[in-house]
Amino acid sequence: MPLSPDALQLLRPDGSIATGDHLQAYQAIADTLSDDQLQLMYRTMVVTRALDLEAGTLQRQGQMALWVPSVGQEACQVGSALATRAQDTIFPAYREHSIARLRGVSMLQIVKLMRGLTHGGWDPKEHGNFHLYTLVLSAQTLHATGYAMGIGFDGAAGSGDLDKDEATIVYFGDGSTSEGDTHESMVFAQSYQAPIVFFLQNNHWAISTPVRVQSRTPLYLRATGYGIPSVQIDGNDPLISYAVTKHNMDRARSGHGPQFIEALTYRMGAHTTSDDPTKYRDEEELQFWAERDPIGRFRVFLGNRGHSEEFFDEVDEQARDEVSDFRRDVLALLAPPSSKIFEHVYSSPHKNLEEQAAWLAEFEDSFIPKEGPT
Amino acid sequence: MSTMTMAKALNEGLRAAMAADDKVLMFGEEVGQLGGVFRITEGLQREFGPTRVYDTPLAESGIVGTAIGLAMRGYRPVCEIQFDGFVFPAFDQITTQLAKLTYRHEGALSMPVVIRIPYGGHIGAVEHHQESPEAYFAHTPGLRVVSPATAHDAYWMIQDSISSPDPVIFLEPKSRYWQKGEVDTAARQAPMERAVVVREGNDVTLIGHGAMVSMLLQVAEIAEEEGTSVEVIDLRSVSPIDWDTLVASAQSTGRVVVAQEAPGNASVGSEIAATLAERAFYTLEAPVVRVSGFDTPFPPAQLESSYLPSVDRILDAIDRVMAY
Repeated sequence: MPLSPDALQLLRPDGSIATGDHLQAYQAIADTLSDDQLQLMYRTMVVTRALDLEAGTLQRQGQMALWVPSVGQEACQVGSALATRAQDTIFPAYREHSIARLRGVSMLQIVKLMRGLTHGGWDPKEHGNFHLYTLVLSAQTLHATGYAMGIGFDGAAGSGDLDKDEATIVYFGDGSTSEGDTHESMVFAQSYQAPIVFFLQNNHWAISTPVRVQSRTPLYLRATGYGIPSVQIDGNDPLISYAVTKHNMDRARSGHGPQFIEALTYRMGAHTTSDDPTKYRDEEELQFWAERDPIGRFRVFLGNRGHSEEFFDEVDEQARDEVSDFRRDVLALLAPPSSKIFEHVYSSPHKNLEEQAAWLAEFEDSFIPKEGPT
Repeated sequence: MSTMTMAKALNEGLRAAMAADDKVLMFGEEVGQLGGVFRITEGLQREFGPTRVYDTPLAESGIVGTAIGLAMRGYRPVCEIQFDGFVFPAFDQITTQLAKLTYRHEGALSMPVVIRIPYGGHIGAVEHHQESPEAYFAHTPGLRVVSPATAHDAYWMIQDSISSPDPVIFLEPKSRYWQKGEVDTAARQAPMERAVVVREGNDVTLIGHGAMVSMLLQVAEIAEEEGTSVEVIDLRSVSPIDWDTLVASAQSTGRVVVAQEAPGNASVGSEIAATLAERAFYTLEAPVVRVSGFDTPFPPAQLESSYLPSVDRILDAIDRVMAY
């Protein structure tokens, strides 16, 4: 299965740089990346992958109900996340662990959700405007669109000041493109010219359902039916992901309305730890994508630019250290008290829930053995 | 104090809320220039501009889903669903998203979204235009569900709903839209989560909400003439239910009839009957009786007078509880 010829690419799988007239504008944006930023891209991909794999192991050891791996999709996540600006607001689906990290949400906070300690895990306002994971497919596309409409109503886009104007970016997968909310969000976004970028990570599989069951046309072409400019990229290339997202976010924040990006990538692991991809995917396909792995090619690219072995070793060391801390911290996460059941169902007092909470507390207390005399 | 229809009272209440807080937005299908199919939002776009009062694409999930995003941005969206039977394309956004986002954010995010829905029968309309879907929403934790019965309550309860930090399903009894009533714009009747005893009596308590309340008052008059003293409670808030008021009345009269347009199976009336049985068992003289729509789809309109609770069916229920 060759990569679509439509997909823009700056970094080839062998780590060399692609050229072409149609790439010049994007190359110019990628060229603005400093060596520090390039190192941050690499570091984020390597450390997130290590934590992600460790989280999968912890799940297998019974420490979590579920884990949702992002292995293989790091490039489009890291590239697009670094292309956002501090004032931007990000609506993830539930597999955007690299983006979470770059906006200030730790893997430990994500684990709280998967370990059954919370349905959230962080306050978006205090974590880089990175919203909570949404497990109902595509529901977040409408939240992002409404938020972006609000940016428009506030006059917080289109002033021409790229460091002040706001935009939103919403992530979703190929399975979600069949959900009605995805389509309604594009209708609303286009009607109100909302400053939003739709970022589709097409990882080719919705659990066991291949993308051909979702669509027989390339998914990015659907957006054009709504009049939304759209582009398809190699999602395993962090440079094109950065450049295209930067360009499109700045288009959106500058008053040019919604934009759509389809990143072709691959879910190297299972959908979740409840899944068994050996039942529906073949070795040949896995091999094809393994050869296009984002981290391998980016390491070659950085090496060619003169980044030293010491740097790569230091990143590996950091990954090992973080994994070790992560494991320790996950194991130390304790279950919340049962009173948490009733907290924050409403923002204002609710007498009937207060009665139920009081009843449960009394009921549970009645089982606690009385302490004997010391 | 002035006399106006419930439709006008809602319009005035919306106007007052929009004037008081420029974060309040009003949107939905045809609510702008047309003023909504029932004209509840008439004139609001002219007064507050097309950014604060706007027409949406015809997509209910999109209306509620974008309302959630706007609330995240700091707005207080009020959206109109055109008819009761059209709310279900938005059901996922209401029940899995809107209702749960404050819980999911552990209190760091409020969801001050009001969803206005004209509901109920008695207007002879076609399919999907006469339904009473309150039980679906009352069953969903995180939502508040209210329904005014009078113009006065409509004026105040819409404002209370808009100022609530929680999402509110605001059910408007559309058959009452054109009924006039006294509206005191200086003082509300009671907080919106409180049930109100609108007529005092000794022998039997009638409980209902929305369009049922005026029918219950009519029933009470007739029963009184026949020698039965009837107390009438306007539920006002379907979720949460004000149990203190209901239990006190049940304990005082010992007999309760609940009337509702919705099908009786797993309904708000069922919840009232069950809870009163739990909390007022020793003072009840008779089982709580429900008068409901039947457990069928809302029938073709020519049959609605047999389907909906009527004065005679409620009087019959009073006879049944008085027989114990």
